[in-house]
Amino acid sequence: MHAAVIVFPGSNCDRDLAVAFRNAGARVSMVWHKDTALPGGVDVIAVPGGFSFGDYLRCGAIAANSPICRAVVAHAERGGYVLGVCNGFQVLTETGLLPGALLRNANLKYICKTVELRVETADSAFTAGYSAGEVITIPIAHHDGNYFADDDTLARLRGEDRVAFTYCDNPNGSVGDIAGLLSHNRRVLGMMPHPERMAEAAHGGTQGAALFDGLVGRFETA
Amino acid sequence: MKARVHVMLKNGVLDPQGEAVRHALGQLGFDGVEGVRQGKVIEIDLAESDAEAARARVTEMCEKLLANTVIETYSVEIA
Repeated sequence: MHAAVIVFPGSNCDRDLAVAFRNAGARVSMVWHKDTALPGGVDVIAVPGGFSFGDYLRCGAIAANSPICRAVVAHAERGGYVLGVCNGFQVLTETGLLPGALLRNANLKYICKTVELRVETADSAFTAGYSAGEVITIPIAHHDGNYFADDDTLARLRGEDRVAFTYCDNPNGSVGDIAGLLSHNRRVLGMMPHPERMAEAAHGGTQGAALFDGLVGRFETA
Repeated sequence: MKARVHVMLKNGVLDPQGEAVRHALGQLGFDGVEGVRQGKVIEIDLAESDAEAARARVTEMCEKLLANTVIETYSVEIA
């Protein structure tokens, strides 16, 4: 399985994501934002956390309009897998691949701590390694993680079983406690928490590793 | 020509920064501040000399980049 990690100016979780994918058995290419095409044979694209373009204008807005993001959108539209973590989730909402938007945290504070998440669905390559209802411990680190979608969108996301993770104790004001959500075809996942920061024993926990193992495993059994 | 774009969060979208400003104004003794909404002003210098063409161009900029219409509204002034 071949994963591509996109690197923007200001990305700071790109190498962590690459390590998590490699530990799960993937081959990883780092792809610079000015590139217009992905390396051949890419199965999964990962959009990392950080502060792309200094969060200027809106978090993720400039990155979403960078040359490589046209290739990311085309990959997703062909049915390819895309994982967006933290700033990557913000980028994916700005491209329109995922609905809604991420606003400033309701308490206006940058929040960096380890939180409990409830896995809401195991029905995706990203969450197949968990069971629905399982509670996992994953770190968050963000200032703009307050997920917003209008009532109709929220009802649709729930009706289609597209909420992947919720916060057990909502830290940031997100509607419906949403921490991560899936696209209509369940192949694009955006989440504010950082599974790559809880993926090996030295991190203090390994509950994020199942996400990468599940995703890589999907290609090995296919 | 010059264009001025105002971007505001839509009604119904929580504005925690506006709320913090409202709270701070109250603490400074400014009574009767019932609501504060914080937005952005973006000024653009354009080579275009036709006002309607400039407005159309800036509107396209708003739709593509300057505003996120999921959460924000925008208005365009041309001068």
